Amino acid sequence: MGGGPTGGRPGSGPVLRARGLVREFRGFRAVDGVDLDVAEGSVHALVGPNGAGKTTLFNLLTGFLKPTAGSVLLEGRRELAGRSPEAISRLGVARSFQITSLFAELTPHQHVELALAGPTGLGWRFWRSDRALARFAGRAAELLAQVGLAGHGDVPAGSLSYGRKRALELALALALDPKVLLLDEPTAGMGVEDVDRTIELVRGIRAGRTVVMVEHNMNVVASLADRVTVLQHGKVLIEGPYAEIRHDPRVITAYLGDSDAAR
Amino acid sequence: MIMSRLARSGRGGIALLVIGLLAALVLPWLIYPPVALDIACWALFAAALDLLLGFTGLLSFGHAAFWGGSAYCTGLIALHGGMPFPVAILGGAAFAALLALPIGFLSVRLTGIYFAMVTLAFAQMIYFVANQWRDVTGGENGLQGIPRELFGLDLYDPFFFYYAGLPFVLAGLLAAWRIVRSPFGRVLVSIRDNPARARALGYPVDRYRLLAFVLSAALSGTAGGVFAIGHGFASLDGLYWTTSGQVVMMVILGGIGTLWGGAIGAGVVVQLQDFLATAGFEGIGIVTGSIFIVIVLLFRRGIWGTARHLARRRGLSPAGGSGGGPAGSPGLARAPASPRPAGGPPGATAGERC
Ligand SMILES: Nc1ncnc2c1ncn2[C@@H]1O[C@H](COP(=O)(O)OP(=O)(O)OP(=O)(O)O)[C@@H](O)[C@H]1O
Ligand SMILES: [Mg+2]
Repeated sequence: MGGGPTGGRPGSGPVLRARGLVREFRGFRAVDGVDLDVAEGSVHALVGPNGAGKTTLFNLLTGFLKPTAGSVLLEGRRELAGRSPEAISRLGVARSFQITSLFAELTPHQHVELALAGPTGLGWRFWRSDRALARFAGRAAELLAQVGLAGHGDVPAGSLSYGRKRALELALALALDPKVLLLDEPTAGMGVEDVDRTIELVRGIRAGRTVVMVEHNMNVVASLADRVTVLQHGKVLIEGPYAEIRHDPRVITAYLGDSDAAR
Repeated sequence: MIMSRLARSGRGGIALLVIGLLAALVLPWLIYPPVALDIACWALFAAALDLLLGFTGLLSFGHAAFWGGSAYCTGLIALHGGMPFPVAILGGAAFAALLALPIGFLSVRLTGIYFAMVTLAFAQMIYFVANQWRDVTGGENGLQGIPRELFGLDLYDPFFFYYAGLPFVLAGLLAAWRIVRSPFGRVLVSIRDNPARARALGYPVDRYRLLAFVLSAALSGTAGGVFAIGHGFASLDGLYWTTSGQVVMMVILGGIGTLWGGAIGAGVVVQLQDFLATAGFEGIGIVTGSIFIVIVLLFRRGIWGTARHLARRRGLSPAGGSGGGPAGSPGLARAPASPRPAGGPPGATAGERC
């Protein structure tokens, strides 16, 4: 294993490779020695009971938390552990947040413009009119339409309904055009229709990308994931294709047993 | 460019701009000219602070360092450099920006009350240095007799100097407005609302905060420089923490995140202080403090913020400077509401989400 020095060839080494990741909170190990290989171009689901450490693992992968120990390699060559969230985002690893995390007073349109403007350095131009951001307006409108927010681009994001906020989260992650997209429970709290639309959306955007998603809804996992990693108490319980792990007795007792076992 | 932009903000915006400019022009006819100049200087100082407090979400309690630091630097250039006063003021502003670089670098990582404390501590250090370094600063006497010639023009009459200083103030206010309504200003508002999300979008939040801090310091320095030239002296008062406190008070009075509100706050506070002082009143602090508390309790958004809120509710065109609508409660009010956000980015507090 291990990606070559170029690491860009689809299906070559893992695009993300974590080794021995540990994160302690005052002696409590929320993530406890996780090894994870995410194959390039795959959709990789991360499941596990509440408190298993999924979000903490995401925070370690994206720089929002510094690991107590361990390493994360992007494309086999770049160490991510120790980098800032903004640096990791610039390297092409984007994330969405489990709890909707937006700018209350900006409109969805302005959100997406900001996401698109990031790499251009336009954000530093304090002497220019903010109308300069309008050059991203077309692309922003496209992205908003893609997630079903057409016609809702111009109200303060704080006033959007919950489902629309989740959709905006997705649009923001997409706007960054990342190599690796980490989605933390993208369908949490959505109605069936929105869940279906999100599944279709992820299908549509996975081309040329790698998607890692934390997901409690086993329907979503079954229809999207190539591989599934089951976390429990901060450790990897088992890893494999959904069809294999769903029948594993350990998984059923640890997780599927207490909620979506029927699926 | 600017006019077309204003045209977009509606007739109300242009009307307010004209009223504001007229008020600035006739002010020394209406009130004692030195007081008029004080109001203009403090108005710019307040706008500069609001750039941080209202649009970046950082409450600096050490801006006296930039106002007072620039006052000394401006004074020294005018006294010893023999430069015309505009050069001295620009030099003072540049000095304030330079001073803000290390102070900002060491403090923008902190937010909320910690940021306020650290900036206060730095400002007190500067005050201490100015007090000790008598050879240069004149210690307790400050710098006296700062000249204000300009190519032989006699500007010693405060009435005339008001019009010499006003262009600096107006240029500073225009710069603050431009910054707030720039792509940079948009990023600042996003950082104010949710720094963790701004990071996830790839924005180096601390560097943005640092630039905002430096720009704010440069504008504060401009204000402090005009003030020093206008009074003909630079004193330790300008560096003392009460100066930092006073400008914070003006911004809160006028309305955080309104940019122009600070000018109203400055007008109210400076006029009131002058009135009480000429009346020979002793406890000026008590009176201004009480009025401050009453206004904050009655009008949470400040004077301008409340007026703007009412105007919007009535469907009139908004005329504020906010990059993204009314700024509710940045700064201290954004202290963590829950000890640990469940599942969100660490460091992002409930108050930063929506
Ligand atoms: N900043 C923190 N400080 C202290 N403990 C934390 C912190 N972040 C997470 N934890 C703890 O680590 C454990 C794992 O939390 P995490 O949020 O990663 O779980 P999760 O798998 O995402 O759960 P859920 O399905 O509920 O989102 C939990 O017990 C949580 O209380
Ligand atoms: Mg979670």
